[in-house]
Amino acid sequence: MGNITLKNVHKAFGATVIIPDIDLDIADGEFVVFVGPSGCGKSTLLRLIAGLEDTTSGTILIDGREVTDEAPAKRGLAMVFQSYALYPHMSVYNNIAFPLKMAKVDKDTIDRKVRSAATTLNLTNYLERRPGQLSGGQRQRVAIGRAIVRQPKAFLFDEPLSNLDAALRGTMRLEISELHQQLATTMIYVTHDQVEAMTMADKIVVLNAGNIEQVGSPLELYRSPRNLFVAGFIGSPRMNLITGAEAAKHGAQTIGVRPEHLKLSTASGTWKGTVGVAEHLGSDTFLHIQVDGIGQVTARADGEFAVDHGDQVWLTPEPGKIHRFNEAGEAI
Amino acid sequence: MGVVQHGLSCGENLIMARRVSTRHKVIATFAAWLVAFVIFFPILYMVITSLKTEPEAIAGINLIPSFTLESYVAVQQQNDYFKPFMNSVVIALGSTLVALIIAIPAAWSMAFSPTKRTKDILMWMLSTKMMPAVGVLVPLFIIFRDTGLLDTRIGLTMILTLINLPIVVWMLYTYFREIPGEILEAARMDGASLSGEIIYVLTPMAVPGIASTMLLNIILAWNEAFWTLRLAAANAAPLTAFIASFSSPQGLFWAKLSAASTLAIAPILIMGWFSQRQLVRGLTFGAVK
Repeated sequence: MGNITLKNVHKAFGATVIIPDIDLDIADGEFVVFVGPSGCGKSTLLRLIAGLEDTTSGTILIDGREVTDEAPAKRGLAMVFQSYALYPHMSVYNNIAFPLKMAKVDKDTIDRKVRSAATTLNLTNYLERRPGQLSGGQRQRVAIGRAIVRQPKAFLFDEPLSNLDAALRGTMRLEISELHQQLATTMIYVTHDQVEAMTMADKIVVLNAGNIEQVGSPLELYRSPRNLFVAGFIGSPRMNLITGAEAAKHGAQTIGVRPEHLKLSTASGTWKGTVGVAEHLGSDTFLHIQVDGIGQVTARADGEFAVDHGDQVWLTPEPGKIHRFNEAGEAI
Repeated sequence: MGVVQHGLSCGENLIMARRVSTRHKVIATFAAWLVAFVIFFPILYMVITSLKTEPEAIAGINLIPSFTLESYVAVQQQNDYFKPFMNSVVIALGSTLVALIIAIPAAWSMAFSPTKRTKDILMWMLSTKMMPAVGVLVPLFIIFRDTGLLDTRIGLTMILTLINLPIVVWMLYTYFREIPGEILEAARMDGASLSGEIIYVLTPMAVPGIASTMLLNIILAWNEAFWTLRLAAANAAPLTAFIASFSSPQGLFWAKLSAASTLAIAPILIMGWFSQRQLVRGLTFGAVK
């Protein structure tokens, strides 16, 4: 079981409040991603759950049992760190075996579990090596191996892929998702990368300055962001946020249209603009267009859409895909 | 043609650059040897003097001895070498070991869970080294006399432990600071207790640092003369007292004194020679990555 509940969790370092007050429920087996810009408190929140930081006030429950003041080791959680945090003086085998040794498991069981974890993670041929002799991806797998042998109640991942190159990040993302399917254990994953959040999560928790802005499934957040922050943070490229007369026409302070919800035409449309930079990705082309009376707008076009710098184009927002926000930045 | 010329000039530049750096290297190497020789000369002269006869030793500067071992024989006959040697070994190793046992947890707490006062405590510890030792000689002597610690190995071990503790803590603190805290957090998550974290993770990772601290401390303790000469006379007297015994009542015997000194520093010199790689690595740890 891996039910985690946070009640009024508050964290401050001296006078600096990192997390004002958070309530959160994480169900057993869920893959939850904490996402937000750097400095938003997401890593601190994870470390509070892990027990590596003490809460200033509030309670943390794991499977209904209060663990707020318990040592990290007693909470039955496993953590994978951004820097991998492998023990450099131990072989891969001993790194994976370490938590079991600490739990005083007998040697035969340790051997069986380490080998089975190594098989799952394709590390069988590297068991005798030191972490220094492994590549980034392999090190990350060892760190995951060290986490899974204990069969923890939940896994905590602290930006585990940010030290890897783009290609490897994609592969490891799939591997972690696959692992979650296999183990069906609660996973809490911290990232600043909204693509990771969207692709992996069952539930995303968007954090900003220590506050939870919105909690929901990736598509919920994409379809109906609760406020401007979530609207701007989820989705790539960013949602176009438009204020002024154009927004007033829709009875809002700000309106938001995603680049993929703008129809492009060289003949006619709602907004007229001039093409600036075009980013060709092959499958898609992102056009940065200077729209008269609105400003800079990003639109997604077909990969083959032929326009040049300085061309005139017309944009039409898809009906029903316009997000409206009031003065406070809340969705209407 | 243009390309070829360009290639040529490039080559010339390379050679020029190399010439400059070679000359630079030669000068630097020569300077280093010179400095090393100046530092080493007193030790060399001590060894040379120990191989002279007494009249030769008094005669004045002379770099070629008569290669006699008579001073060594005389030294050994006059005063047993083995007892002060064993005293030095016990005191130097003992004080180092005790200092490490105290300093490792101390440095751990200061490096990994510092408080606002950690820096002050470190400075305060170091400040005790700034005090002239003679300032506390009388009170310490009285304490030692009244507690029966005078002229005992335990007493000397204690005093050397306390004298070197600030340096040991400082050195370990600097090494520990180099170890990423996440690794210790990982150990904590993996279920290691505090002692498990220190024994299985921190200490093995800090081995180079601990080893060089240990070596330096052994050397310092081995050569410490102020306290060992004043708090020990016969039973616990280490090699420093053995040397000193040749500079007294009957007058100065340079050759015997040099022979005694050579015998006294030989063990530590040999140890330092074999561990110099470790020592240099430890002393430059963190400075050169």
